[in-house]
Amino acid sequence: MATTVAAPSYAPPRTQAAEAKGGIWSWIATTDHKKIGVLYLFTALFFFIFGGLEAAVIRAQLAAPNQSLVSAELYNQLFTMHGTTMVFLAIMPLSAAFFNFLIPLQIGARDVAFPRLNAFSYWVYLLGGLFITAPIFFGLAPDGGWFGYAPLTTRQYSPGLNIDFWVLGLQILGISSLAAGFNFITTIINLRAPGMTLMRMPMFTWMSFVVQFLVVLAFPVITVALVFLQFDRFFGTNFYTLSAGADPLLWQHLFWIFGHPEVYILILPAFGLVSEVIPTFSRKPLFGYSVMVYSGILIGFLGFGVWAHHMFSVGMGPIADTVFGLTTMLIAIPTGVKIFNWMSTMWGGALKFTTPMLFSIGLVSMFTIGGLSGVSHSSPPADLQQTDTYYVVAHFHYVLFGGSIMGIFAGIYHYFPKMFGRLMDERLGKWHFWINLVGMNLTFGPMHFSGLLGMPRRIYTYDANQGWDLFNMMSSVGTAIIIVATLIFVWNFFASLRRGPVAGRDPWGASTLEWSIPSPPPAYNFAELPTVTSRYPLWDLTEGDLTKEHHEAPEARDRRIPTAKELGIPMPADTAKPALAALGLTVMVGGMFLKHVNMTVFLAVVGTGAVVFVGALYAWLTSPLEEAH
Amino acid sequence: MADSAHAHAHDEAHDHHPTAKTYLWTALFLTIVTIVEVSAYYYKPWEESAIYVPSMIFLSAVKFAVVAAVYMHLKYDHKLFRNLFVGPLVIAVLTLIGLLFLFGKAAISLATPA
Amino acid sequence: MTATAMPAGTGAAHGGDAHAHGHHYTTTGLDNRKIAIWALIGSECMLFASLISTYLIYKGKSLVGPYPHEAWTDPATGTVYNPILNIPVTSFSTFVLLMSSLAMVLAHNAVVNKGKPRTGFWQKLEGNSVFWLVATALLGTVFLMCQAYEFTSFVHEGLKLGTNLFSSSFYTLTGFHGAHVAAGVLWLWTLAFIDLKRGLGPADGISVDICALYWHFVDVVWIAIFVLLYLIK
Repeated sequence: MATTVAAPSYAPPRTQAAEAKGGIWSWIATTDHKKIGVLYLFTALFFFIFGGLEAAVIRAQLAAPNQSLVSAELYNQLFTMHGTTMVFLAIMPLSAAFFNFLIPLQIGARDVAFPRLNAFSYWVYLLGGLFITAPIFFGLAPDGGWFGYAPLTTRQYSPGLNIDFWVLGLQILGISSLAAGFNFITTIINLRAPGMTLMRMPMFTWMSFVVQFLVVLAFPVITVALVFLQFDRFFGTNFYTLSAGADPLLWQHLFWIFGHPEVYILILPAFGLVSEVIPTFSRKPLFGYSVMVYSGILIGFLGFGVWAHHMFSVGMGPIADTVFGLTTMLIAIPTGVKIFNWMSTMWGGALKFTTPMLFSIGLVSMFTIGGLSGVSHSSPPADLQQTDTYYVVAHFHYVLFGGSIMGIFAGIYHYFPKMFGRLMDERLGKWHFWINLVGMNLTFGPMHFSGLLGMPRRIYTYDANQGWDLFNMMSSVGTAIIIVATLIFVWNFFASLRRGPVAGRDPWGASTLEWSIPSPPPAYNFAELPTVTSRYPLWDLTEGDLTKEHHEAPEARDRRIPTAKELGIPMPADTAKPALAALGLTVMVGGMFLKHVNMTVFLAVVGTGAVVFVGALYAWLTSPLEEAH
Repeated sequence: MADSAHAHAHDEAHDHHPTAKTYLWTALFLTIVTIVEVSAYYYKPWEESAIYVPSMIFLSAVKFAVVAAVYMHLKYDHKLFRNLFVGPLVIAVLTLIGLLFLFGKAAISLATPA
Repeated sequence: MTATAMPAGTGAAHGGDAHAHGHHYTTTGLDNRKIAIWALIGSECMLFASLISTYLIYKGKSLVGPYPHEAWTDPATGTVYNPILNIPVTSFSTFVLLMSSLAMVLAHNAVVNKGKPRTGFWQKLEGNSVFWLVATALLGTVFLMCQAYEFTSFVHEGLKLGTNLFSSSFYTLTGFHGAHVAAGVLWLWTLAFIDLKRGLGPADGISVDICALYWHFVDVVWIAIFVLLYLIK
C-alpha cells in the first residue's frame, strides 16, 4: 500500500536562491551533497565538451584519406585524451553528480555519511582533472591510449613526460572515486529512512549501490598496475621491463581486471536513471523490480570474471579463451533481461514522450545495438577479426554514447527542475534528442562497416580506395551534427537556469521521495525524516489516478521555507579543509613528474604538497563536523 | 518513526562479548600455529613433501580466520560486517587464483602452438 | 581518513538514537565509521591480492639474482650471493606483529570497559588503556624497525629495488605493507597521546575500534605474506 507524504510549507525558488547565495566561498567550503552534486555536474559537462572537441579534431583529420591536419604524435595525444577525458572526467563524474545530488534524497536522508569526505572527492576530481588535461596545451598530453599498455608506456618506449602525467593523474583521480565509494556504501547501508528496506529503494540508488562496490574493488587493481608503471618510470623497478624477464601481459591483465568492471561502472548509473524515468512517464511501476535488482547485482559480480575478453588476440591459449568467451556470453543475460523489463514497463502504460522519456527510450534502443555488437565480440574467433578495428569503436560508442550519455541526458532533463527549481525547455530538448540521435547513428553506425572491412584503430590517417572513405566521411559529418545537438543542449541548459518556467516540487507526477520536497530542496532536505511503506511512496497503486497530489496548489508555492536553525536541525559547518587537503594531495602526487625535470624543484614541490595535505587532513580530522548546537 | 531504529539498535548481536582471557588464549593459539609453521620450514621431510604448500596455506588460513573472527569481532558482531568483508575477500581470492592459472606453467604450455 | 577520537556524541556512538529531526539516526543502529572501515578493508583485499598475485606470477622468473631461497653466482663477477631472505629475523618480526594485535585488542577492551572497578595488579594492568595503546604502537614500531633492517641489509647484500623481478615485486609488496603499518603506528601514537591528555572512555569505543580493525587487517595481510613469500620456496 502506498503512503503519500504531505507537502510541507515551502517558499518559491526565487526566495531560496537569494538566501542561498554565498558567493564563491560558499561553493569552496560547502559540504552539502546537493551543492557538491551541482559542482560535479558543471565540471563534468565542461570536460564532456572538451573531450568532444578532441573527438571533433580526430574526425576532422579522418574525414578524408591522407590528411595532415594534425601530426601522428598529436593524433596519439588526441585519441588518448578523448578516451581518458570521456571515461574519467566526463561519464564517471556525471554519474557522480547524480550519486551526490540524488541518493540522500531518494533514501530520505539529510546528507551522505561523510559530508567533508564528499567535498574532498569533488575537489580531488577537479584538480586531478585539470592536472591531466593541462599538458595538452603544451603538446605533452598522455599519448599511450586511455588504457596505457605497458611496455609501450615504459620509459624505454615513452621517454617524455606525457605518460608521467597520465600515471600520476589517474592515481589522483582514483583517490577521488575510492573515497566516494566508501562514502556512498556507508550512506546507502546506514542512512535509509525508517521503513526503506533495501528492496524498497529506488532503482537508481540500487544501481549506484552496486557501482560503489565495483569502484572500491576494481580501482585498487588499476592502482597497483599504475604503481608498477610509476615505480618502473620513477624508481627503476622491472615490472614491465621485458629485458629483465617481465611478462608483457602483466599490465594488460591488471588493467582489464579493473577495466571491465569500469565499463559497468559507466553504464549502471545510466540504467538506474532510466529506470526512474520510464516508470514515471509510463504511469506504471517498473516491471520486475526484483529481477532488475538481482540482474544488476549479477552484472556487478560477473563483471569481475570476463576481463580477458579484451585480450583474445594475445595468445592466451584455448582454455583461457573459452572460459572468458563463456563468461562474457553469460553476462549478456542479466543485461538483456533489463531491456525486456524496460519494454514491459512501457507496455500498456499511459506513455508521455517527454524529453527524458525520449532519451530513456534512446538508451534502451541504442544500448541494444551496442550490446549486439558486444555479444559478437564474445566469440574469440569472431573477435580476432574485430579486435583493434573500428568495429570495436562502434560497439563501445553505441553503449557509452548511446547508452551512458543518453541515460545521463535523460537524468539531466528529468532532475534539472529538482536541482534548480526550473524546467528545461521541452521543445529545445526534443530538438536536442532527435538531432543527437541522427548524429550519433551517422557517426558510429558506419564504423561497423569500416571496421569489418579492416580499418584499424588508432591510425592518424589512411590511404584512399580501401573501402573506408565513404564511411569515414559519414562519421565526420555525423560528428558535426552531434556538435549542433550539443550546442542546443548547452543553450537550453544555461537559458533555463536563468529563465526556465518555475518548477513545483513534482512537475512529472513521479513516485519517489525526492519529489516530495521543494525544488530546489532546502539545505536539510527533509523537515522530518519520512517513514516509507512502499517502493513508490508518492503513488497510490490501489486505485484511481496514480499520484494523489499531482498539482500543487498555488498558495503552497508561496509559503516560506523554514531554515535549519528554526527547525532545530544541526547542519554540517562549511569548511574549506577538504578542498585544501585535495590541493595538497594533487600537488604532492602530481608534482612527482618534476623528478624527471629538476630534482630540487621536485623535492620542494612534493614536500610542500605533503605538508599542506597532512596539515589540512589533521585539521579536518580533529574538528567536529557540525556547528555547535 | 523512530521505532524501527530502536529495534535495530537492540538487535545488534553481541552474543557474548569476548573477555581479556579469550584474547590471551587466542594469542597463545596463534603463537603455537606460527611456531608450527616456522618449524615446518626447517623440518626437511615436511618442507620437501608435496603436502607442504597446502599445509602452509591451510595453517595461515586458520590464523587469518581466527584473527578475523575473534580479534576483529566478526564472530560477535552484526552479520553485515561479515558480509562486507567476505564478499570482497572471495572476489580477491578468485582473482588471484585466476591470475595464477593465466600465468602459470600450464597456461604457457597451452598457449604455445604445438 | 574519517577516524579520530572525536568529541563524544558526534558519531552515532549511541546507535539508533533517533530524535524527531533524525539527528544521528541510522538504519542499522551501527556506526557509520565502522561500516566504512570494513568497506575499506574489503577494498584493501583487492589491493594486496593484486600485489601478491604479481609476486607469485614473477616467482622464479628473475633472470639474475640474488634470489630469495637459493644461492646465486653472478656469471660476470663470480661473486656468490646467499639466499637473501632471513627467516629467523622475519619469524621474530611476525611474532612481534602478532603480539601487537593482542595488545591492540586489549587496548580496545580497556577503553570500552573504562571506569569499571579493578582490584589487584593484573586487573589494573588489564584496564590500563594507555599501556596497551603504547604497547601496540611500540610493537608496531619494532616491526617497522625489523623491516628497515631487512631492507637495508638486502640492499647491502646486492638486492636493490631494480635488481630483478624478485626485488621489484618483493620491495613493492612488503613496502606497501610497511607503509600501511606506518600509518597505523601514527594513528596509534595519536590515540595514545589523546588517552594521556584527556583520557579515552567508552564513548570513544568506536574510534579505537576502527583503529583496531585496521591494525588487525594489516596483521592478517602479513600472515599471508609471511607464508607465501618467506616460508614457501
